[in-house]
Amino acid sequence: MKINLKTSSVLPGFGPALGFTILYLSLIVLIPLSATFLKSTLYTWDQFWTTVTAPRVLASYRLSFGAAFIGAVINAVFGLLVAWVLVRYRFPGKRIIDALVDLPFALPTAVAGIALTAVYAKNGWIGSFLEPYGIHVAYTPLGVVVALTFIGLPFVVRTVQPVLEDLEAETEEAAVSLGANRLQTFHRIILPALWPALLTGFSLAFARAIGEYGSVIFIAGNTPMVSEITPLLIITKLEEYDYAGATSIAVVMLVISFVLLLIINGLQWWSTHRHGHGR
Amino acid sequence: MTIATVNNYHNKVAQSRAIAEPTWFRWLLIGTALTFLGLFLFVPLFTVFHEALRKGLGLYIAAFNEPDAWSAIELTFIAAAIAVPLNLVFGVTAAWAIAKFDFKGKSVLITLIDLPFAVSPVIAGLIYVLIFGLQGWVGGWLSEHDFKVIFAVPGIVLATIFVTFPFVARELIPLMQAQGKDEEEAAIVLGASGWQMFWRVTLPNIKWGLLYGVILCNARAMGEFGAVSVVSGHIRGMTNTLPLHVEILYNEYNYVAAFACASLLAFLALVTLALKTLVEWQAKHAATTVEE
Repeated sequence: MKINLKTSSVLPGFGPALGFTILYLSLIVLIPLSATFLKSTLYTWDQFWTTVTAPRVLASYRLSFGAAFIGAVINAVFGLLVAWVLVRYRFPGKRIIDALVDLPFALPTAVAGIALTAVYAKNGWIGSFLEPYGIHVAYTPLGVVVALTFIGLPFVVRTVQPVLEDLEAETEEAAVSLGANRLQTFHRIILPALWPALLTGFSLAFARAIGEYGSVIFIAGNTPMVSEITPLLIITKLEEYDYAGATSIAVVMLVISFVLLLIINGLQWWSTHRHGHGR
Repeated sequence: MTIATVNNYHNKVAQSRAIAEPTWFRWLLIGTALTFLGLFLFVPLFTVFHEALRKGLGLYIAAFNEPDAWSAIELTFIAAAIAVPLNLVFGVTAAWAIAKFDFKGKSVLITLIDLPFAVSPVIAGLIYVLIFGLQGWVGGWLSEHDFKVIFAVPGIVLATIFVTFPFVARELIPLMQAQGKDEEEAAIVLGASGWQMFWRVTLPNIKWGLLYGVILCNARAMGEFGAVSVVSGHIRGMTNTLPLHVEILYNEYNYVAAFACASLLAFLALVTLALKTLVEWQAKHAATTVEE
């Protein structure tokens, strides 16, 4: 990479700062990540393709992406609701609840995993209520959805909240004085303004959920073909010393993650340029 | 998620009548939101402490009266004590270069710094196994020199550094970009040295954002599970961090001890959230005093 200074600056330290940044980034992130791609070339294209499209692997993609998608949709709907309630209404305990929304960021995933399993198991506090209706959560794909919803919960709330706070009340009042009812105002005025942030939050939650491991493995039951997520399959291959197999699946996940990262960056750019708001 | 977020809404509108929902509908929305948060957040959080103390305080304390638990706690702190300062130095350096100077490829660099957040923790562990493991690039050379990275402490530290890599940088970059470079330029023009400018001008300006990033970085460093799990090898008393210790106890059906250790981590998470909220208030307060 050739670096040209566009403007000369009186501030010191550009060279060493950028040099250290690139060195550290390369050593910790870029070189190790590229090792994964190089290692996958140990396989021929046919071997690679057979590995990453084996029935058990395909079933794990369906579960990982499907459950991550459902979890992100749940979070988009309820995250919007939580953000709305936190920004617009006053109720007792609001500040504490606002702070606790970030719990999934702070709580170690293993702790979340065993706690959710205990709550949603047959004899758990919530699981025992669902049991009579024949709804089993723990050790089923539904359990994976619950864990991934937990993990992605803060993303939508925290991306929508600042946009909602900055929304001009005047626009809503104008809509009302022009004869719109509350539902029309929400649908025509508020929701369009929130779309970029909502989509960004949704994608962040989705991207995080795809790779999630710690909170899922306790509640999933990990039955091959049924409730086995893709990251677990990578670990299983590693434990069988099948390095090429583990690496091949990892490469598929990495490529998908990178594409998602580009989409999220695009969404955030869109969001920033519409409302002067980024994360 | 950034610290610059300020709650303007209530200052701007004292809930104008025309755009407010009916009271019953308002409470319906509040009720639904709280039920959702209850099912997914509050009940699981409460369960951790409830399960840990279910068989009494004696068994709870007994879970920590064990050398394996202590060595797990110790390793968790060691990993965080190495990873957090390194990523702190990196975060400040990267933010300095990115926020205060113009160069080609800046947006690419920002995206690359964010990369570790996009990578599954399991893959974060895998990449180091591929390099330092016995089959890896330098694994053979390492084992000849009797130095272990994988299934040893250095691997755990590396994996922790990777998963917490962007925290400080991504907090500081937008903050320092928003602050501009006028104050620093004034300091230099008036004859301050680079270090004087950094300690007297830059650091006081970014201290709350910096602290915020460090708090989040530390929480993730102490709680990381997936990446550390891949490189650790789960050797009791040797390469077990506290989250891994929880997993082992849980898989041995030793639920009380598992939840006891988990409650310690949950307590740490609550402290993290409290500190984070405090820093947000401080930053908001600092911002309003500057405006006045």
